[in-house]
Amino acid sequence: MIVASRKPIPELKEVLAKHDKVLFVGCGTCVTVCLAGGEREVGIMSYAMRMSRQLDGRPIEIEQVTIERQCENEFIQELALAAERNAAILSFGCGAGVQAIAERFPEKPVYAALDTQFLGILEEQAVWTEKCLGCGSCVLSDFGGICPITRCAKRLLNGPCGGSTEERCEIDPDRLCAWQLIYRRLKAIGQLDNLERIVPPKDWRTSWHAGARRVVRDEHRI
Amino acid sequence: MIETEPVSAVQDAGTNQVEVIAFCCNFCAYAAADLAGARRMQYPANVRIVHVPCTGKVEVQQILAAFERGIDGVLLAGCLEGGCHFVEGNLRAKRRVEAAKQVLDEIGLGRDRLRMVNLSASEAPTFVARIQEMVETVNALGPNPLRLPGYEERAR
Repeated sequence: MIVASRKPIPELKEVLAKHDKVLFVGCGTCVTVCLAGGEREVGIMSYAMRMSRQLDGRPIEIEQVTIERQCENEFIQELALAAERNAAILSFGCGAGVQAIAERFPEKPVYAALDTQFLGILEEQAVWTEKCLGCGSCVLSDFGGICPITRCAKRLLNGPCGGSTEERCEIDPDRLCAWQLIYRRLKAIGQLDNLERIVPPKDWRTSWHAGARRVVRDEHRI
Repeated sequence: MIETEPVSAVQDAGTNQVEVIAFCCNFCAYAAADLAGARRMQYPANVRIVHVPCTGKVEVQQILAAFERGIDGVLLAGCLEGGCHFVEGNLRAKRRVEAAKQVLDEIGLGRDRLRMVNLSASEAPTFVARIQEMVETVNALGPNPLRLPGYEERAR
């Protein structure tokens, strides 16, 4: 799941300063689950923005719509009429959602209400942690299902750095050492011998360093 | 979400008195208010009580809706911590109130217009005291700056 957090209200206010009629668009998928950009958050932000602008003596009119997914044209289509009625769009989707909407409405200013953060999971109620960097060449099978690329602060592929204390990462004591977790996990599943193999330097060409990536699946193309 | 319609409070918007909405939990504050009434205890008349099944039922949006419509202060009155009929409703409400306070700070309305208090059903005097304190605080802050002529109509 993509995890995001809302931007501070003053920042959003500045972004919307030029507009008096704005469409707030929520997304019903990842950002609803991470409580950042769903119907409820769009509602709260609408109240906040209207009151804030009213206090400044520059009232703003806000229309709210939450669609199933902002990253798919099929769902964005539902916004067509509402987009027409408003001067600008504030998207509560992740970075992909904002861009998808911007592409779909080339004449309309589209702004981001959230800071998109990472691919992660719900650790406990209202706590999310990053689990995947999207590096494009997964090494999870070698490390017992724990990603050293994402979860080790130094992205080490050949064992712990030696800086960890009491199973904690030296970069952030609130974080468990990924290599401690990998060792325990491999021991539990009887695959400790995986650690005897020297892992060569990672080929980062599959990652984002060369710009936005693209996936094409020919068998499904029309 | 249940839309709250603080009609009576808005109708009084022309008066100089501040208006406070008190979301009262059925199992404590509402019963305490009832008891205060039965005992003929006096508390400020500019408080409008909204009967809720639990303070955990109150959403941030409802609190903000009240402020947008010109209410000067919002009080959530729930059970004592650890004594919620629904186990943790009042604890959830406490966190939501904090979130709403942050929003009020960010927009410049100020966090002091919102408050959560905890009491039990038998505490009629406590209920009266908390209401009085809230009204005093809101009186000191003055009327909600959003309460401008005609604003209530636009807010709907």
